[in-house]
Amino acid sequence: MSTEPSYLAVVPAYNESMTIARVLQALQERAPRFDVLVVDDGSTDDTAAVAERAGARVLKLPFNLGIGGAVQSGFVFARDHGYDFMSQVDGDGQHEPGELEKLVCAMGAPPWPDMVCGSRFLSDDFHYPTPVSRRTGIHVFATLLSWIVSARVSDPTSGFRLYNRRAIQLFARDYPHDYPEVEAVLMLHHHRLAMREIPVRMYARGGGVSSISNGKSAYYMVKVLLALLVGLARRRPVVDPGDRAPVAAEQGV
Amino acid sequence: MAARVQLVAIIGAVILLFVVLEMVRRRRLMERYALLWLLCALVLVGLASWRSGLLHVSRVIGIIYPPNALFFIAFGFVLLLLLHFSTAVSRLSDQTKVLAQRLALLEERVSHAERRPAMGEEADEEFEPVASGHGRRFVSSD
Repeated sequence: MSTEPSYLAVVPAYNESMTIARVLQALQERAPRFDVLVVDDGSTDDTAAVAERAGARVLKLPFNLGIGGAVQSGFVFARDHGYDFMSQVDGDGQHEPGELEKLVCAMGAPPWPDMVCGSRFLSDDFHYPTPVSRRTGIHVFATLLSWIVSARVSDPTSGFRLYNRRAIQLFARDYPHDYPEVEAVLMLHHHRLAMREIPVRMYARGGGVSSISNGKSAYYMVKVLLALLVGLARRRPVVDPGDRAPVAAEQGV
Repeated sequence: MAARVQLVAIIGAVILLFVVLEMVRRRRLMERYALLWLLCALVLVGLASWRSGLLHVSRVIGIIYPPNALFFIAFGFVLLLLLHFSTAVSRLSDQTKVLAQRLALLEERVSHAERRPAMGEEADEEFEPVASGHGRRFVSSD
């Protein structure tokens, strides 16, 4: 039995055959302690085959579940295989695997967060290219969330995150559907788990199409705002670690 | 209420009642989804045939022309049914999501096992911990 903590990098990918190989290679080179799991979210191209050739374990979802459902299956995998830490690295080459070590360091230092989030907006060399419509949305969420959790949240839509066992167990049970990162912050807060943001570098997408196109931004914003406000109105579960989190799907009626 | 309107309403409601019952009999409609339909059909049949009852109801809700009360109640049922279906769809899509995830996890498990054929105990151990939800590599992280 090994006592070394185990790390899993989940790479959600939807039609990313152009970039996935590069992402996997970068992970191998610059984050060697991470096992890699690619979640192929019902791609119609050969994303899964490319990932398998690159030596990653691949979950092939039978149809497109959307980013939330895809990442959640990564959480379930991490939970079932007993990983201590899991991180999400997008398959489009936005995230720099070399920055994972920073997340790991922040996880193992005070204030001992349950989730470390890589933020594009905290670094000094701030020149991350985001379209104005996205940026407006991000700022609205950032302001709202910072107010709700009464701590500064600068980049609530960043998916570049590292989760510990408690967070993995929470999100394996219940993870929001689309644009899940924003709501996930709120869930952590409600479940009394701590998060911390650290500055990271990110790139513009390496190829493929973002799950959130400009036209859909407004739609998603309204949807997530609704989810946030409803989330506020929900009974806040004060769960002890190891308690059951409420989940809609598993309980049927 | 004009006799003709009443007749049409009764016939319509009875047909609805009959169709719902027939679909349940042929197992085309599950009982749990039929209940609301049956309630709807029964109430409509009742109000359509029981004149003074409908008159009373329409007076209570402030509708002058009693057949309109019938439409009003039917519309209320339609809204209720739609809401019922929306919740059913939400539940189903949630369940489908979980199923898709489980399927993908199982497939990966199988293909992973096939790629590394029987290695005796070591292989067994690798695949055991899932039911408990805690892998053997669990190390307290708090």
